[in-house]
Amino acid sequence: MRRPGWFLSAIAAGLYIFLYAPIVVIIVFSFNAARFGTVWEGFTTKWYGALLHDSAALSATKNTLLLALVSTGIATLLGSLLAFGLTRFDFPGRKIFDRVLYVPVFVPDIVLATSLLLFYSLVGSFIPALELGMTTMILGHVTFQISFVAIVVRARLAGLDPALEEAARDLGAGEWKTFLHVTLPLMLPGVLAGAMLAFTLSLDDFIVSFFTSGPGSTTLPILIYSSVKRGLTPDINALATLIILISVLATVSLTWLQKNKQDPHPKK
Amino acid sequence: MPEKRQMHLGQQLTRAGRWSRAGITSGPAALWLGIFLALPLAAILAISFLTRGEYGGVELPFTFDSYKRLAGFGELGFDSLYPVVLGRSLALGMATAVLCLAAALPLAFFIARLSEKYKGAALTLVVIPFWTNLLIRTYAWQILFSPNRWLTVAAHSLGIGTAGEALYPGTLAVLTGMVCDFLPFMVLPLYASVEKMDWTLAEAAADLGADRWRVFRHALLPQIWPGLGAGFILVFLPATGQFVIPDLLGGAKTAMLGNVIQQQFASSRDWPFGSAIAAVALLLVLVGLAIFQRKGSKHEVLP
Repeated sequence: MRRPGWFLSAIAAGLYIFLYAPIVVIIVFSFNAARFGTVWEGFTTKWYGALLHDSAALSATKNTLLLALVSTGIATLLGSLLAFGLTRFDFPGRKIFDRVLYVPVFVPDIVLATSLLLFYSLVGSFIPALELGMTTMILGHVTFQISFVAIVVRARLAGLDPALEEAARDLGAGEWKTFLHVTLPLMLPGVLAGAMLAFTLSLDDFIVSFFTSGPGSTTLPILIYSSVKRGLTPDINALATLIILISVLATVSLTWLQKNKQDPHPKK
Repeated sequence: MPEKRQMHLGQQLTRAGRWSRAGITSGPAALWLGIFLALPLAAILAISFLTRGEYGGVELPFTFDSYKRLAGFGELGFDSLYPVVLGRSLALGMATAVLCLAAALPLAFFIARLSEKYKGAALTLVVIPFWTNLLIRTYAWQILFSPNRWLTVAAHSLGIGTAGEALYPGTLAVLTGMVCDFLPFMVLPLYASVEKMDWTLAEAAADLGADRWRVFRHALLPQIWPGLGAGFILVFLPATGQFVIPDLLGGAKTAMLGNVIQQQFASSRDWPFGSAIAAVALLLVLVGLAIFQRKGSKHEVLP
């Protein structure tokens, strides 16, 4: 195959600049001395220091992590089980369920968020636990995470060689033992990939959180949004830079891990 | 097909054994989605036919008023506001998908043609923005488009916008933010198709006298249709239902479905009308998805 020519390379370079311009500008402006607005007034690192004493940012970080961890845990368990059931057992309505699985992936966030808000306020008067706050946010996040986890895990399961399980059964392993010692280790990379995706989706989510949060359950995206809306952004740039840095590190190390790990069970 | 063989493993059980295992594995997730997805969406559909209560709640009787208002037939005669919002959402979603496609095609070919050594890095560079918070990337364009930034000045010298003023809020700013945010969604599936492409077909077509356009049209394009379709749906549907991008980079003149839904639930507190808009947005997505799944299954049948 031919290597890319100069023309194609130039277009690609332009597109990379376009993709990275917003990310670079946030990082640069996190070192801007100006308190208000978007005018450059010299270099400073004071906003990073200010972040450490910003109690709103600290509590939002805590809420974001708690929300992401709990919802990812529930969604990974439910989604992986669902993927296993959908690939392994035929039952009436399975084909339809298979398609419905894609609905949460494509439903606009704002529709999901407002429908949850309506639902919570309708049933909230009967069930006090559904008062808007961390619980309602977790319930909402799990709802959009399940599908993503199930789709990723199902792709992994579909690529597995059934002969491995058949061999285990032929050698006398029971159904449960086969699952625990053969199927589960084989599907684990898919489960981890699904969990990573779910975790990131939760960290990134703004709309579902925004509509289903209550007093005291503000997350980082909500904090960033309200700061941007009010035009108070200096230490928000520093906060955003840290979030970007974590995303970059996570992406690069995951890619590196995948490349350097020899897969003992190559996909068919 | 491996999926059939996976199913075969479960097929050795009795029907009761299969169903009970399906219930244990798929049941909890099905129950969850039934309660927290199906019920709320059903609630939104039901409320869209109710009347707004005096204090912001909802009341009987059942009416089609919200849908009539959305179609432009409000209490005060014809008002084009909401039909325009609907049309604008579809147009901006379509424009975003087309622009992303135009940008993703050369980028996908570029990455696929790189040597193995650089391919991974070039692809990771596309994935990083994809994993980076959308809110942050969108808000960054406010800085880039603010008055006297070189990008804004350059645009002014080309006759875009008014000198000394920011480039946002505006349609151009919204579209820029959308394309920048959704480009990775188009590049990734497209790259997956381009990567698997059989280039000998292009060589054969060229040998047989086809010019460059016909090589692309008849030898290459059919091979990347699935990736193209997946990318298109992955960009068009979320772009049409966007809220954050038009909220931060646009104004009342660029309001999309997501923005008017939010208005109805936040400031106006008109739940029936907000629900009706949400129901229409949901319907759009479901129809789009159904068309795509039907097309997709046809493609799988092809060799």
